[in-house]
Amino acid sequence: MYRYILNRLLLSIPTLIGAAALVFVLMRLIPGDICMVRLGGSGGTVSPSALAACHAQIGLERPLPLQFLDFIGGFAVGDFGTSMWSGKPVIQEIASRLPVSLEIALLATIVAVAIAIPLGTISALKQNSWLDHVVRTVAIAGIATPSFWLGILSILIVLDVSHYLFGHPWMPSIDYVPLWDDPLGNLSIVILPAITIGYRYSAVTMRMTRSAMLEVLREDYIRTARAKGLIEQLIVNRHALKNAMLPVVTLVGIEFAFLIGGLVVTEQVFNLNGIGRLFVQAVQNQDYTLTQALVMLTVAIFVVTNLVVDVLYAWLDPRIRFG
Amino acid sequence: MTAVTNDPPVRRRSWLDASSRFARRQPLGTFGLVLVIVAAVAGLSAEWIAPYNPTANDFAAMTEPPSAAHWLGTDQFGRDLLSRIIYGARTALIIGFVSSFVGGFLGLVLGVASAYFGGWIDNVLQRVMDILMAFPLIIMALAVVAIFGTGVHNVIAAITVPLVPRCARVVRSSALSIREVPYIDAARTSGFSHSRIILRHMVPNVVAPFLIMLTAFVGQAILAEASLSYLGLGVQEPTPAWGLMLQGGAEEYASTAPWIAIFPGLAIALTVFGFSLFGDALRDAIDPKMRER
Repeated sequence: MYRYILNRLLLSIPTLIGAAALVFVLMRLIPGDICMVRLGGSGGTVSPSALAACHAQIGLERPLPLQFLDFIGGFAVGDFGTSMWSGKPVIQEIASRLPVSLEIALLATIVAVAIAIPLGTISALKQNSWLDHVVRTVAIAGIATPSFWLGILSILIVLDVSHYLFGHPWMPSIDYVPLWDDPLGNLSIVILPAITIGYRYSAVTMRMTRSAMLEVLREDYIRTARAKGLIEQLIVNRHALKNAMLPVVTLVGIEFAFLIGGLVVTEQVFNLNGIGRLFVQAVQNQDYTLTQALVMLTVAIFVVTNLVVDVLYAWLDPRIRFG
Repeated sequence: MTAVTNDPPVRRRSWLDASSRFARRQPLGTFGLVLVIVAAVAGLSAEWIAPYNPTANDFAAMTEPPSAAHWLGTDQFGRDLLSRIIYGARTALIIGFVSSFVGGFLGLVLGVASAYFGGWIDNVLQRVMDILMAFPLIIMALAVVAIFGTGVHNVIAAITVPLVPRCARVVRSSALSIREVPYIDAARTSGFSHSRIILRHMVPNVVAPFLIMLTAFVGQAILAEASLSYLGLGVQEPTPAWGLMLQGGAEEYASTAPWIAIFPGLAIALTVFGFSLFGDALRDAIDPKMRER
């Protein structure tokens, strides 16, 4: 198993280098100059000497291959450098925005799993019943509904309900407070985005749970369990569900990896300063170091999540052996 | 003397028979298809059915609620929402179809080629697919827009790229089993070119999962376009686009004119819902294993 993990980690190196090369090239293809924006604003004039000094300060005067090697070398030893825009260490910039995104992603995953696994299982057990049709339709509607629209609608509902209850519209604060400082305040900020994303996420997971359960329920060992008179609850919980969880775990893992960097639209709707908005700001400011670090972070999370999911496979299904 | 046979005439199943059979067996899928057709008809005949010019401002009728004159109300510039939604169907479907067809076709060719050649070509292609899969869509979209500018073509490019690896992965897994069948070996030993074997012998065998995936891709592309337009990275004003209609005014006037937020979102959700229902039903109808599920 260690050999397998090591192989997978080695295979992830070309993926990381490729992603690094792609973001490096894309960022430098974008017209404009961060120093022009930093020194003169959008319409100002900047002296050539000041421009050259700025380029030298942030390392842009060096040849491109050297800049790329610096970036890769820094990433390899965990040094992401400093933001070209704010001058703060990139790690600090990311660390200040990560908690809100991470909390929303985790809460959305909990919401999704809590809804999807029971409903997906019931849907499979009651296949082709009216309950199954309702669950499937709700799941497809979840996939079809844009999460940002759901976000806007949820804001609308909160405003209307609070106006009706308290006589004036109320919305949670947009300034993030950590969970341990103010649990209620924190929950009021993250709960709506988490439900909004969790619904779509649960819809995808629900479909996968149903499909996997249907497949497992037709296996011979389930028939054997039924034939020897085992009660249905034990068959479902102990024999079917555990084996049906394989593709579900994969999906939950991959969706979670996508969520970390994919919250841009939701953060925009709820006006939250998370990783998603930092992405947009970094690209718009042409902050190469910050954008590169964010992309590498997202890709690394994706690669590691895939690896963890594969290792979890063996834990869930002992029939799987690592090659 | 002519021989008279009493055999019943062989009845060929017509297109109409197949359709009515599909409608009977897949009522939800048929409902989905109806939604897709409504969106397609709206998009194709927008000039004739839209009651107003979708880009014409009417400052005397700003944020008007739904009425006989404006069935779905007006936005903050007095533009008729129904007309903008009808024209928006055209934008959504053009972007949805073009990006999913281009992305799907590229994925199809790359997936089949990867499975057919195997070895280092497969390894390199799979690593490239890994990179594209892991790369954040939003950075790709931001970069494309920053380099080439906003507009329908660039939105299509930004949405197409992430679809390629997803399609290639699914197609490759189907094509791997086809690579081992004897007629591919026979084609190789007959001296057929690689492109002929891939395009004429392997691609037709993976068309069924490919078509099913394509219907899902159209819906996903419509959602992606709406998200990008909502962020200001997609189609730009005054072009009517559903995501764009939810930007700015929809949030600003959420409590005073909720119809600005409700109807464009409903149009997106119903269209994607239609594609998803139809795609699911198509999968169930084509895949014999799924018929029982």
